[in-house]
Amino acid sequence: MGKVIDVKDVWLRYKDLTVLEGVNLSIEEGDFLGIIGPNGGGKSTLLKVILGLIKPQRGTVEVLGTTPEKARHLIGYVPQYNPSNLDFPINVREVVLMGRMGKKGLFRKYTEEDHAATEKALETVEMLEYSDRQIGELSGGQRQRVFIARALVSEPKVLILDEPVTGIDTMMQMEFYELLKKLRSRVTIVMVSHDISAVSVLVDKIACLNGKLHYHGSKELIPEDVEQTYGCPVELIAHGVPHRVLHKH
Amino acid sequence: MLEILQYEFMINAITAGILASIACGIIGVYVVVKRIALISGGIAHASFGGIGISYFLGINPIMGVLPFSLLSALTIGTFSKRTDVAEDTIIGILWSMGMAIGIIFIGLTPGYAPDLMTYLFGNILTVPQSDITMMLALDAIIILVVYVLYKEFMALCYDEDFSTVAGIPVEKLYLLLLCLIALTVVVMIRVVGLILVIALLTIPAALSREFTDDMRKMMFLSIFFGTAFTIIGLMLSYYFDIASGATIILVMSSFYLLHIIIKKWRTISEKPFDI
Repeated sequence: MGKVIDVKDVWLRYKDLTVLEGVNLSIEEGDFLGIIGPNGGGKSTLLKVILGLIKPQRGTVEVLGTTPEKARHLIGYVPQYNPSNLDFPINVREVVLMGRMGKKGLFRKYTEEDHAATEKALETVEMLEYSDRQIGELSGGQRQRVFIARALVSEPKVLILDEPVTGIDTMMQMEFYELLKKLRSRVTIVMVSHDISAVSVLVDKIACLNGKLHYHGSKELIPEDVEQTYGCPVELIAHGVPHRVLHKH
Repeated sequence: MLEILQYEFMINAITAGILASIACGIIGVYVVVKRIALISGGIAHASFGGIGISYFLGINPIMGVLPFSLLSALTIGTFSKRTDVAEDTIIGILWSMGMAIGIIFIGLTPGYAPDLMTYLFGNILTVPQSDITMMLALDAIIILVVYVLYKEFMALCYDEDFSTVAGIPVEKLYLLLLCLIALTVVVMIRVVGLILVIALLTIPAALSREFTDDMRKMMFLSIFFGTAFTIIGLMLSYYFDIASGATIILVMSSFYLLHIIIKKWRTISEKPFDI
């Protein structure tokens, strides 16, 4: 199995604030990695570094053996929920078609092939019947499915999701996680979330990030890592285990 | 009513009104959906520097304003993307800087500055044939660019981060969009003037958004609204002998506000279970 993402000793500072401190992370093909950590811990920033949207001051990032910029057409990206443009005059089909742009190049019109790929992606996320809806008329969960379709339509090798369930009610979150389970056989997934319990059920590898990254290439959450990440002992609830362990607070 | 059409200046005025409505109908949609009305206002006001320099050099102000508005669009865009200064600060600075340059050059020009009010507040009744030709050319450029880059502009306005990851040159396209706004400003100077440009850029597009969720239809609809309001304003200004640019703006803004009030009133009166 090849390395999909290789982050080596990445440092990033904003003015006086060090956001990423020597982050090392390597993600293998077929992984489903969850990155957890407190707000302001650098989770979204790390994703943006992997996507090449932000340049780190030190360290290197390789995606599929090349630079993030060159690998972009192989990445499906689901950005953080942005409530400000719900009113935008765009329908579901047009949103998903956006995902095909990288393949087209400038000045080209969408072809039959693009429309077919869009229908297929919408079918995968079970949103085909909503093709003509304006994006703001959907529920939060439905909209997130559309954004997944937009990320999938370019047939990416890796799917990157930034806080995908923010603003979605619990029922819809469950359905959304079911969809991710379905997709994990097709594509490598990296998901950032602050919902530790949901992430720990879903993913097979977990990293904790708060400036520094704690990652052991496994799903085991070592209490010391979690404590260091969140700055205080955190209540870890084990799912599928008949008892739960509370650490002293 | 139709007898006024026998005047050549009236035909020119109506033609100018339609040409301006085409430019701002298309570009106004981007201004509204991307919420860059303030930037557009900045580009328009900064362009006054171009008017001042033209007076000083003794050239046609419309010609002088074109490079200047393009320059201010590129400057505002580059500063807001490349530096960490807040966008509205940059806009505010260039807005007044451009106007200051204009005032200084007009002051340096010997004698009195004729028609200055025309460029600030517009006078659609005095549009010369040469300006109509230029407006036609600028409209053609705007239509062509938007036609070939329609999907890219839409993506850019909707989601910049995703568009970057999808491999679109977001910053270049954004600067191009600001340049199109600059061209639109030039097209509209004769009609409503620099100061009032912002209304023509936003009102028809915002009104059309009320009737459709489709960006293409929004463009056609806002061209229609712009043309209708311009012609109504033009007629009113002719019959009452009042400033044309200002009348056009008043017609537009009254229609828009009235629409908002009626819509609000309807939603209140239609609530069936409101106790």
